[in-house]
Amino acid sequence: MLEGLQDRLGRVMKTLRGEGHLTEYHLDTALREIRLALLEADVNVEVVRDFTERVRERALGKEVLTSVTPAQMVAKIVHEELVRLLGGETTELSFKGRPAVVMLVGLQGSGKTTTAAKMARWIRDRKGLFPLLVPADTSRPAAREQLLVLGKQANIPTVDTRDMDDPEAIARRGLREASIKGYQVLIFDTAGRLHVDDELMGQLLRLKEILKPQHILFVADAMTGQDAVRSARAFHEKLDVSGVILTKLDGDARGGAALSVREVVGRPIVFAGVGERIDALEQFHPDRMAGRILGMGDVLTLVEKAQEVVDEKKARRLEAKLKKNKFDLEDLRDQLRSVRKMGPLQQVMEMIPGMSGAMPGGGVAEGQERQLRRMEAIICSMTPKERRHPQILNGSRKKRIARGSGTSVEEVNRLLRQFGQMRKLMKRLGKADPRSLKRQLGIRQSGR
Amino acid sequence: MARTILDKLKRGLFMTHTEFLEKVGETFRRTGPVEPVYLDQLEEALIAADTGVELALRLVDELRSRVRSGKIQTAEELRPAVREQLLGLLQETGAGPDTRPGGPPRITLLVGVNGTGKTTTAAKLAKRKKEAGKSVLLAAADTFRAAAVDQLKVWADRIGVPVIHQHEGADPAAVVFDAIAAARARGIDEVLVDTAGRLHTHANLMKELEKVRKVAGREVPGAPHEVLLVLDATTGSNGIEQAERFGATAGVDGVVLTKLDGTAKGGVVLAIADRLKLPVRWVGVGEAVDDLLPFSAGEFVDALLETAG
Repeated sequence: MLEGLQDRLGRVMKTLRGEGHLTEYHLDTALREIRLALLEADVNVEVVRDFTERVRERALGKEVLTSVTPAQMVAKIVHEELVRLLGGETTELSFKGRPAVVMLVGLQGSGKTTTAAKMARWIRDRKGLFPLLVPADTSRPAAREQLLVLGKQANIPTVDTRDMDDPEAIARRGLREASIKGYQVLIFDTAGRLHVDDELMGQLLRLKEILKPQHILFVADAMTGQDAVRSARAFHEKLDVSGVILTKLDGDARGGAALSVREVVGRPIVFAGVGERIDALEQFHPDRMAGRILGMGDVLTLVEKAQEVVDEKKARRLEAKLKKNKFDLEDLRDQLRSVRKMGPLQQVMEMIPGMSGAMPGGGVAEGQERQLRRMEAIICSMTPKERRHPQILNGSRKKRIARGSGTSVEEVNRLLRQFGQMRKLMKRLGKADPRSLKRQLGIRQSGR
Repeated sequence: MARTILDKLKRGLFMTHTEFLEKVGETFRRTGPVEPVYLDQLEEALIAADTGVELALRLVDELRSRVRSGKIQTAEELRPAVREQLLGLLQETGAGPDTRPGGPPRITLLVGVNGTGKTTTAAKLAKRKKEAGKSVLLAAADTFRAAAVDQLKVWADRIGVPVIHQHEGADPAAVVFDAIAAARARGIDEVLVDTAGRLHTHANLMKELEKVRKVAGREVPGAPHEVLLVLDATTGSNGIEQAERFGATAGVDGVVLTKLDGTAKGGVVLAIADRLKLPVRWVGVGEAVDDLLPFSAGEFVDALLETAG
């Protein structure tokens, strides 16, 4: 898996501590890592260049808070800047006009037809408006059948345009039907096309003149690589796109295309497609996306991921233990093992307020794989009783454990110290009101 | 052959002259001693072609050390050196159409994420096989996407190839079973199976592919004989993940690179060749049924570097 920005920065900036301000030297080290992290997330090279310049300007000379490392400070600035560039706040679409016309455009296979149906459903359920679907993809065989079927599944009226082969005639018919029958929003699905195809791009322009759409939404695949900039630019130059929909975000792509497209189009990303089901369309959250691009994870995605992977029964048992503050070394070992299975405990730990700071020497965050294995070995060399009641560990027991696990007494002590801190923290967390916890997490998260 | 990949690619690519590409082109047109900045530009060019950061850095590092040791001295030598590197990666995988025999019927599965062009590719491939003198049957195993069966039927009519299908929501493995039985009864040489698009992160949908494989293997020894990952040329680094995961569950042994007629260069196949040794077999270069061409490593690399030159 790709290395997240925070790890990268942590690794190269380990040595840069104890300075009051971010210096030129810090930044040169950091910017290289930022560049690579963004490129690995498929952000376009040109966009990356501009972005890192902006980060440099913003970060140079900034005061480093005493509680954080320069690495954390830079990561925070990068995250903030990325959120800002992705649009800051979540954008709420409004629908005005009789009808309000939404036109979906994009490359082949980006997901226009599926998105059309999902959006219609969203508009009806969330906005309480009456949408009308108009299939006008006359190029791809059976594309109009597809939208008819989807419309039927979602219970959204859909114009049957199967006997028409001129998109412009379809546009006029859609408008007529919407105004006669009083539909408030008309969603117009167009054929996928390559931006290098002048003839088809010209057709979109004519459709725009007929439909006078309130929104022209560019539908982009989240898995797109460097080319995202080129296609988005071409569509935008021709049509003056008013917003973007990012699809297939339920995959594991970092989604750097989001930043590329947003940079080029300069208009908000309004929706995210997150699954195959008709209701799998969400409003776009810039802060979540920023975390994803940077590989920082974010609380919500992490929780979801954990739910997928972690054995639910075990998780509930652990939760109960946490509440009663009975988290013991056996549980820690379980956790260490699952970390090696899926990786994110390290990130989970960092999500917990104060955790990364509470771990001496960076603890789990920097120890990586090798240290995790050593920790596991230490716990495995204990007797079950010792694992459940670590307070009984005296000098001779520790010596035995160190010998058994091929480590040293200092390492055993360090593990116990870390464990003690973890427990203290978990006690706090266990007592905390879930709402305030969430708030804390939120603050922490946006503060990165 | 008048219409090579190169021509097609150039058509798309010449339409997008960015300042950036021109700068990279400069690198290749340069003469005299190699300056460090040339190598940086080269690195960016490779990344811009979606080869992925890791591969780009490694290739350029290799060149850098050759420059340092004096094996490469002038800028003119850079281009052939890169060409050789990229060609080596692709050729090592045995790129080009799969000619291994199998069957009858010989079974080919087309798999991939949503929207890469599996259905269209299935039709184009059927046409190719038919023209090569084989009798072909299409199996509409995308029973999930609304009207996917209709789409394949329209294509099948156009190229005059029979298609076996069931109702929407049917078990894809059952469709494959039927298709094989029909192929046997009609003495057909090849069955092309169009499967539903699925994100490789959806475990249950990936399991479905395993079942399709199993059923095919039970009915025809050695089947599926070929499993093609249909990959959109616009895909970024996620293509590697796709190849990895579809490789593990569906046993992918080749790649079809689609939509190469746009401005995307499809460089991710280089990373895939490097990491997974998967060969590219075909490339899709347009919407017409004839727009599927056998992959040629030389032409692909030339097209990729052409845009940078």
